[in-house]
This record gives sequence, structure tokens and C-alpha cells, in this order.
Amino acid sequence: MDAWRVEVEVRQGLPDPAGTAARTALADAGLPLRGSVRSRRGFLLDARLDRSAVEKFAAEVLADPITDTFEVFAPTDRPAPVEGRVTVRPRPGVTDQVAISVQKALADSGHTATGTPLAAGTYHAWFLADADRTCGGDALHRAAERSLANEVVQEILMGAPPEGLPGPGGEADLAVHPVPIRDLDDAGLETLSRDGGLALTIREMRAVQAHFAAQDREPTRTELETIAQTWSEHCKHKTLTGRIRFGDEVIDNLLKSEIAAVTRDLDREFCVSVFVDNAGIITFDDEDSVCIKVETHNRPSAIEPFGGAATGVGGVIRDVLGTGLGARPVASTDVFCFAPPDTPDAEVPAGCLHPLRVLKGVVAGVRDYGNPMGIPTVHGAIHFDPDFIGNPLVYVGNIGILPTAKAHKKAHPGDRVVVVGGRVGRDGIHGATFSSLGLHTDSEMVSSGAVQIGDPITERKVMDLVLRARDAELFTAVTDCGAGGLSSAVGEMAEGLGVEVDLALSPLKYAGLAPWEIWVSEAQERMVLAVPPEHVDALLALCDEEDVEGAVLGTFTDSGRIVLRYRDTVHADLDLDFVHDGVPVFEREACWSPPEVSDPDLPEVADLGAALLAVLRDPNVASKEWVIRQYDHEVQAGSAGKPLVGIAHDGPGDGAVIAPKLGSTRGVVLSSGLNPRYSRIDPAAMAECALDEAMRNVVAQGGNPDHTAVLDNYSWANCAVPEQLGALVRATRALCSLARVYRTPFVSGKDSLNNSFQDGDRTISIPGCILVTAMSVVPDVTATITSAPVRPDGRLWIIGRTRRELGGSVHWKTRGALGASVPRVRAEEGRDVLFGTARAIEARAISACHDLSEGGLGAAVAEMAIAGRIGVEIDLDRVLLDGDGPFRAEEILFSESASRFVCEVPADREADLRANLHEVPAAEIGAFTTSHRDLVIRRGSTELARVPVDDLVRAWKAPLDFDAAHDSIDPAHGAAR
Amino acid sequence: MTTPTPSDAPRVLVLRAPGINCERETAHAFERAGATCEFLHVKRLRKEPSRLDGFQILAFPGGFAYGDDIAAGRVLAHELRRSIGDHLLGFVERGGLVLGICNGFQALVRLGLLPRTAAGPLVQEVSLAHNLSDRYECRWVTLTTGPNRCVFLPDDLTIHVPAAHGEGRIEVADPQSLDHLEAEGYVAFRYVDENRSPTEAYPLNPNGSPRGIAGLTDVTGRVLGLMPHPDRAYEAFHAPRWRSAVPAGPPDGMTIFRAMVDSARGATAHA
Repeated sequence: MDAWRVEVEVRQGLPDPAGTAARTALADAGLPLRGSVRSRRGFLLDARLDRSAVEKFAAEVLADPITDTFEVFAPTDRPAPVEGRVTVRPRPGVTDQVAISVQKALADSGHTATGTPLAAGTYHAWFLADADRTCGGDALHRAAERSLANEVVQEILMGAPPEGLPGPGGEADLAVHPVPIRDLDDAGLETLSRDGGLALTIREMRAVQAHFAAQDREPTRTELETIAQTWSEHCKHKTLTGRIRFGDEVIDNLLKSEIAAVTRDLDREFCVSVFVDNAGIITFDDEDSVCIKVETHNRPSAIEPFGGAATGVGGVIRDVLGTGLGARPVASTDVFCFAPPDTPDAEVPAGCLHPLRVLKGVVAGVRDYGNPMGIPTVHGAIHFDPDFIGNPLVYVGNIGILPTAKAHKKAHPGDRVVVVGGRVGRDGIHGATFSSLGLHTDSEMVSSGAVQIGDPITERKVMDLVLRARDAELFTAVTDCGAGGLSSAVGEMAEGLGVEVDLALSPLKYAGLAPWEIWVSEAQERMVLAVPPEHVDALLALCDEEDVEGAVLGTFTDSGRIVLRYRDTVHADLDLDFVHDGVPVFEREACWSPPEVSDPDLPEVADLGAALLAVLRDPNVASKEWVIRQYDHEVQAGSAGKPLVGIAHDGPGDGAVIAPKLGSTRGVVLSSGLNPRYSRIDPAAMAECALDEAMRNVVAQGGNPDHTAVLDNYSWANCAVPEQLGALVRATRALCSLARVYRTPFVSGKDSLNNSFQDGDRTISIPGCILVTAMSVVPDVTATITSAPVRPDGRLWIIGRTRRELGGSVHWKTRGALGASVPRVRAEEGRDVLFGTARAIEARAISACHDLSEGGLGAAVAEMAIAGRIGVEIDLDRVLLDGDGPFRAEEILFSESASRFVCEVPADREADLRANLHEVPAAEIGAFTTSHRDLVIRRGSTELARVPVDDLVRAWKAPLDFDAAHDSIDPAHGAAR
Repeated sequence: MTTPTPSDAPRVLVLRAPGINCERETAHAFERAGATCEFLHVKRLRKEPSRLDGFQILAFPGGFAYGDDIAAGRVLAHELRRSIGDHLLGFVERGGLVLGICNGFQALVRLGLLPRTAAGPLVQEVSLAHNLSDRYECRWVTLTTGPNRCVFLPDDLTIHVPAAHGEGRIEVADPQSLDHLEAEGYVAFRYVDENRSPTEAYPLNPNGSPRGIAGLTDVTGRVLGLMPHPDRAYEAFHAPRWRSAVPAGPPDGMTIFRAMVDSARGATAHA
């Protein structure tokens, strides 16, 4: 429909950062330009407004009186196309949050309309300089596709501006649609599953068929959708809870028999609620508990990095908000795996976005959700490996705090089903089933409905509402709407009860949604509450105060059935037991045979300093400051251990420390461990090193290893392949046996399987990857430490033994080799190192501590020197070794053996260090010094290398510093805030 | 002057609105300074603007009001000017103190309460544009005051505080405006280097604001706004280098809250 157009641009002569960013982005996408690029923000306003109102509104609201100018075009204007103009706008149905704010501002200006509210829309436009107009046309269009827009959610218009706003939605299909299934053969069932986007296996389809045959009827479309959502791998974890034939062995429910068994057997007193809720809960102090959840959002992020990452953050925040009777989110974490950012274009398969574009989009998504939510993003990691090209990994975590008395919930028959938050559109339909399938070249096109754009302000309002309603005790249970939408959330809350819902009562973004679409839509920013009837009015009044939409959709019952109506017509009437427990036990084959790998035969390193700089330049070691600075890690005023540390605020922290209660110094130490490269040699080593690394990072910050909970987040390739599933079983067992010795309970976890990309005949499988996240509670954050040396005269100690374990190491990677001698964790030795070091830190015998991981001793000492901008000398002959024959210098310097720390020990505290370490192997290997600013490596009296700390800084900071001049973050997703 | 008692503790109204997200730490800092705080949602304040009468201080916390859609603070500023602009002006004219932090500062600038170089209606006089880096950034900065017309802010203050924003660069209609702001004491805070000299150099000045301007006051000296966050810099452990043997100095965001609360208390006592 027709609309006024207002286009706003920065005044001539003032900086136009969005134009500059677009110019750089176009150049990166293969369209170098001679002149500058001008940017404009476009607004479409309801044609019912008159010109003077539009002009006044533009001057008052849309344009800045100091920095902007604007132009107004009448709804009837049909300007001729302009060469060199690119316009990008959201596709119809994609959330346009700015447009909603424009509508609000129109109302605040006193503009209202009878009937439908005044409509608004937005777009971005870019104009090439005259000198570049000849580059227009196809070349510009192609470059724009790669740099200015993501056509999954946005539309590119060449030349002309948009002609108007999308019209109102169409008529909804309200028919019940029975699906003939009883008479189908296997081929028919498979076709139905595939074409209907159900993602169910033939055995599952047969179970559905049998269930309805027994009732002598066909299922409705809504019923089939409900079952498909609930039974999706994403929601049910069928592979890991199913039956696995592993050689001669049959494993029933790997999650229960291995991971949950660790937690059960350890029976740690600090566990409040594990595996039963949205997040794991452990005690914090006498009143409160803390909870933690980490999720993956891999598939959506592969296709639309910005929206995928943002909605991932939004989802995990809602998980925490929906834990117990509601927890206040206090911190976020993010861990990513990407293909290397310098991957040549020619190596990017069709259907994949370039990894640098994925990285920038994902970072922008985390930033533009987390920052507006007011939740600090305090800790993260990034790992690069070419095999993440088709399946990047995006792990997002959140930590919350809640009164321990409110850690449990239970809906009762009679409680009302109340949905609060965003409205429902076609967003994300089939997200849960989509995420259970593999990606392929066409995924970008066929699955676009599964990707959404988030709206953090609505989520923030929902958060404030839920926490106030919790404190006023207005509801008995809460959960978030995530994958599967209402079908999963309401279905889960109704378990053991029953529920009746009228889908016509759900607020919609636009008309035209069929009942089943309302039921499975994954529209974001919604929570479901079970509200006793006597509190419904109070809850809705609170919704009004907090500017949140709330709707009563139905009632929990004791019928054991899930009944869905649209007004008076029944669209589903399902047995809840069948929905929750009717899925046939999944059976899969697994096998394990070690990969054929061997250690390389490399000449001894001639220039140790150059080798160290190469390690620091590796993107897996290099500084992530470019990413970290874009996240607000200070909001909520609880930051006690920053992600960047040291004298210049740029040294690497080992994790984060927060004090989540204002006015208290009691705190939480967070960290993580992950190294999928080791999986290529042995997934068991990958798994145990992930746990050991997470625990080392807890301890290195002064955390308490005896009050630490851990989370396991799996990302794996196609587990229908027996070798892949066998590798997963092997990894799980290694992880669990180490957790038993470390006495760290798993409190939550998640798996994302099927991370394989089909590129023609080639299957690209990610290396098996377990992210271990650790959360430790400490009585006093002011007793924690960092990796930054703080003494001018500190002695440098190493704790733990170094072995010839360079398999999978960064050093060998820089020399083009993988190797076989991957680090393994000796469980008892590892435990003693962790606990001994923690005692020494508690006794203040250690003033700075850094764990040894990727890059080994060399990287760790270099990073401490960087953090302190201080000279340091080490003697490799003093490092405690375990292995035959003499070690090469590079073996000592770059081995990645687990269970090791380097630490700064005040000169007068060495006796205390020894006393607290007990029998743990440790040795003084050198000292920090202010007499020079070099890192000096010696063996005995022979100096092997001397590298200025400034050179270390440059090597370490440059590789991932995508500086402002080369910033091509999707300009359509805008601009920094 | 009387000895303060809890009953004469200055009262602070902490504004809430969709997307404002620093209200808890802002209130906590005011309470540590001896005030009592009350949260009020903008929806309620629009309905009952007379509630302003019961308060001596009005705080605009940081955040992303209405998502910072269109421009940072724009939609909130428009809403307030349209609905209760006169009441806000009246609050200042009656002697009330106003503090805007980060997004709150952005809203006050767009509302026209800052710098408001002449008594009169609310008109936006300056702007806060995108950082020259074109990026949101979170980092600690050092600020100093100088001769300024703010009634409660000392002239010789140096504080360490974190900044976290993407639109913090002061932009004016013409260079003479900058001279005027400086000469007349409207500049309340500047980003400074290690010699305490005002700086435009990144990253000491994270947004490229001219002459290092980080905060402004108004013609009455009773309204103060700044981009960095004193509400995140009052515990010893907030400072990035508190563990050092020679710490960089305690974070002293509390100075601002104390100065405001003491000033409000003095005004109450004299009234």
C-alpha cells in the first residue's frame, strides 16, 4: 500500500559512518569504488497522514536537528530509478523493530487513526558517487548481496526506492485438515515426513500411524505438527537418550547412564536442581542460588549470522528467566567456532557465507541483543578450523540468580495458561525440526522461515515483568517459548496434567495465520506462565504497567490430554503420555577405531623467538579484543574480573569474575574449555582436556574447585554415521570419568548433532566438539586474581609436569602438522594440581596465575608479559619434564600438556607456596623483571631467544583486529549504538 | 545546617522505561550516598507528572530506551517532551537536580534539557553522534572536571569510570557553539590523557568527541549528564587494576552521587 517516504541523511561535511562502512563492505565484496558512498535511512509512513504532519514529524523525530537533513516524498511520487542507488529493506513478516518505535512516536505526536493503527516501515539506502555510477547494475547488485544485505531476511532494490508498505495479512486457513496417514505405506510416510518438514524417521512415522489407527481416525495437521515438534532431536535428544550399539555393548540412554550418573553419584550438597529445569541451579549464599545454561544456535547462525546469534542470546536468557520461578540474568557467555577469517573466497562452498562475514554478523548479533538487554557479556572464546565452514558453532550462555526458595515450580489444574511478550507471526516455523536436519547447499533458501530477528527491548520488558510477578507470587510455573513455540512450552508445562488452549486468543503480528502456525511459531520474546485464576487480574494489571502484552490462552487441566481449539473448533486432542513418551526408542550403531595419525618428523626449530611469534599470531591464540570491546561487560556493576586484564587493559583473562548482588562481594567465577582440534586425534583427549581447561581457568582466577558445577555442550557431525557416534561415546566416557575424580557435577547440557554440510559429493563434518563451561562460587571476589603480573620482582613458577604432547598443538599447526601425541589428562595428578594451586592462591602465595593451554608454556608466559608490559626471563632446563631422553626446546616451550599453570609468586612467599602445594610438582623457572622489556628464553646459561614484549604485543593483537576502516558488519543491521 | 537523619534523606526518582537497564545500580549508588530511591515507569509518570513534586533528584539511568531506535534516546526524549516537558522544566526551575548517565544523557540532550544555554522552552541544541570508530565500545576512561557551572560538581575532580556506548560524540551546529559551551562552563567532564590534558585521541577518548567533551551541564547548573558510567565505578573491585601493587587509583564514581545528594540535602535543609 502507498506510503509517505522520508529519507534522512547526515549533513554534508559531517562524518557518515554508515556510508563509510558500506564503501568498505562493497570493496571487500569485490567492488572497489573511487568515490565515497552516502547512506540514507528511509522511513515509510501511513498515507493517511498529511504533508505538514509528515514534515513536522520528520523534523522532530526522524532527523537530528543538528546533524541530519531530510527529504519527504508523497505517496504518489514514483521517482525514476537512479543509477548507483541500492535500497535494502526487511522482507515482509520479518521483525522491523524500528518501525514499531516509529509507530509509537507517531502516537506520542498525537497521530492516531480509526480502524487499523498507523503503519510504518523502514529501509536503508546507499548512493554511489557520480564517478562510480558506471559500476552500477549487476556488479553492484552482486556486491550488495554479499555485503549490504542478507536476502534470507532482507530484500535488495536496485535503483528505485520502495513503493510502499506491505499490505495487511491475508485470510487465515482455519480448516482442521485431517492428514490421511492410516493407509500410507513406508514410502508414503517418508514423503509425508519430508514434504511436511516434520523431520521424523520411518519408525517414528509408523508409531504415529499406529497411534491414530488404534483410535480409528486420522491425525489433524495441528496434531502432527505437535508431535513432530515434541519429538524433534532438538527437543528430545533422541540420539543421546536412545539405544546405542557400540561394538558388543548396548548403551541405553547415554545421557542418563553416563552424564547424569556422575551428578547423581557425586551427590554434591551445593546442587539445588539439575537436569529437570531450563538451567542447572547451585547454591550461592544462604538466601540465593545461581543457575546457568549454555545453548547452541548453530543452524540459524549459519544462514543468518546476525539474527541467528541474536535470537540465540535471547533464547538462553529466557531459559534462565524461566528457571525455577524465574531467575534474574546477571551475565552472558559466548563461544564460537568458525572457519579461518582469511579463508580464500574460492574455498567457500556454494550455500555458505564467508567465515569473516559469519564472524562479524554473529558478533554484531550478540552485541545488539546482549547490550540492550543490560546483561553483561563477560566471557567467551573463539576457535578456528576449516571444517566449520559449513557449520559454524555459536554457543551462548547465561547465568542467573534467584531465591533458593523459588527454585522449584509446579502448575496446578485450574491455573490459566498466560502468554506474555511478543506477538506471533510466521517467524521460525519449523525451527526445531530444521535444527535437527543437516545443512546443504539449498538450506539458505528452503529454511528461511526458521530464522528470525530478535527484539531485545521486548525481552527486557518481559524480564522485568516476570521478576516482578515472581516477587508478587502471581504464578505457579513459568517456562520460555523456544524451539517448538507454544507446542513445546505449553506441552512441557502440562506434563502430568492436561491443558486446553484456544489459539484464537493469541495476539498476532498480522492476520492470516492458521491455527497450527500459531501453535508452533517460534516468534521470539515470549514466556508462558501458569497463573491461578485469582491472580489473573493482578498479573494483567502488572503487564499493563510494564508495557507488556499478556493474553490468557487457556487452562491447565487434569485430563491427561492436550486439547487445542480455534474458537469452537477442535484442532487437536492428543494423549499427553503419547506426546511425551510415545517416541520409539532411537537405535543407532556406533563404532570406534583410532584415526591413522602419526607424529611428524620435523627439524629442530632454529629460531625459537620466531616460532613463538608464529604461535601468538595463530588465530586460536591471538587476541580477541576486537570482539570483546563491543560487548558491555560492565553493566549491572558486578564486574570484578574483566575479560581483558593488566596494565594496558588488553591482556587475556582466563574467564570472568562477577559479584551478582549489589553491595556484596560474594561472587561467581566463570570459565570454559574447548579444543576440537584434539578430536582429530582422539575425541577422549578433546573431552578431558576441555574439562581440565575449564577447571584450570576457574582455579587460575582464584575460584574454588570444590564448589564448581560444569556444563557439557556437544556439537557433533552426523551421528547416523557409526564412526561419529562412536567418537561421541568415547568422548563422553572420558569426560565423565574425569568429572568423577574432579568431583564436578554436570548441572546442565545440550547437544547439537548432525553438524555436517553437504557440498555436492563432499561431506564436510565438523570435528567433534564438547564445550565445558564451569561456574564456581567464591566467598569474596576481592581474593581472586588474574593472569596479569602485579609485582615488579615476582618469581615465575610452573606447576605441573610437561610431557612431549604436541599432537594437535598450535606449534605443530603453524608448521603444517597435526601429529598423534595429543595431551591426555592424568586424573589424580590433574586433581592434585588444581586443588594444590587453589590452596596456594587462597593463601596468597600466588599473585597472578595463567593456565597453559593452546600454545603451551611459550604462549602463557608471553601473554603474562603482555598483560604486565614487563620483562620476563625463563630457563627451560628448570621445567619439570616427564618423558624419555632429552627434550627439544620447542617441545618444552610448546607442548600442550594439561594440568599446568604458570604463576607469579612474590619473592617472600615461596615457602607458603610449597607448603600449600604439598606434593604437587612445581618449580621456579624464572622471574619478571623491570630491568628490560624482553621475553628471554634460556636453557641453563645459553640464551635461545630474546623477543621484545612490544613485538609480542603486535604479533598477538594484529591478526583479529578488524579495525574500523575495514569494518563491514552488515550496515543494514546498522550501525553501532 | 542540620545533621541529616534518614527522614531528611534526599529522595531520588529513578526513571524506568522500556530499554532503560541501569536503574538498579544507579539507585544503589544513590542509596550508598545517603539518598532514598523510588523507581517510576515513564508510563506512570506521564499519567501522574505531579509525582515529581515529591523528589529532589531525578535520575535518567543508562540503557537503550526504546531500543535506541531511530537514534539513541530519541524516542524517549520525544515522548517526554510531548507529554510532560513542562513538568520536567518546572522540576528544574524549582531547584530539582537531574542526572543523566549514558543513554540518560543522550535522552536529556535530545530532550533539550542539556545543555540548555538559555532559560526557555526545550530545544535540542547539540547532538551525540556515532563514535568515530563506528563501533559500540566498552572501556575504562579517565575524566576531569574543570571550571563549570554545575552547582554540585567540584572543579578539580579526576575520576576513573567505564564508558560503554556507540553514540557519544558531541556534535554542534558550528564551531562557535563549542567555544561558547567551554567559555560559559557548560562542559562538565572531559576525557583526559595521562597528563590530565583533554584529548580527542582514541582510545583515551573512545568516541572522538571534540575537545574531549564527555559531559555537560545546563544554564542552571542543576542538570548534569555524561556518557561514561559512574554507576559502575564505586566498589574497589570495579576498577580494572585493583589487584596491582600500585593500583591506578580507586574508581570514584561515588563522588558524583555524593556531591548531588549532599547538595540536595543542603537545599532541603535551607528551605
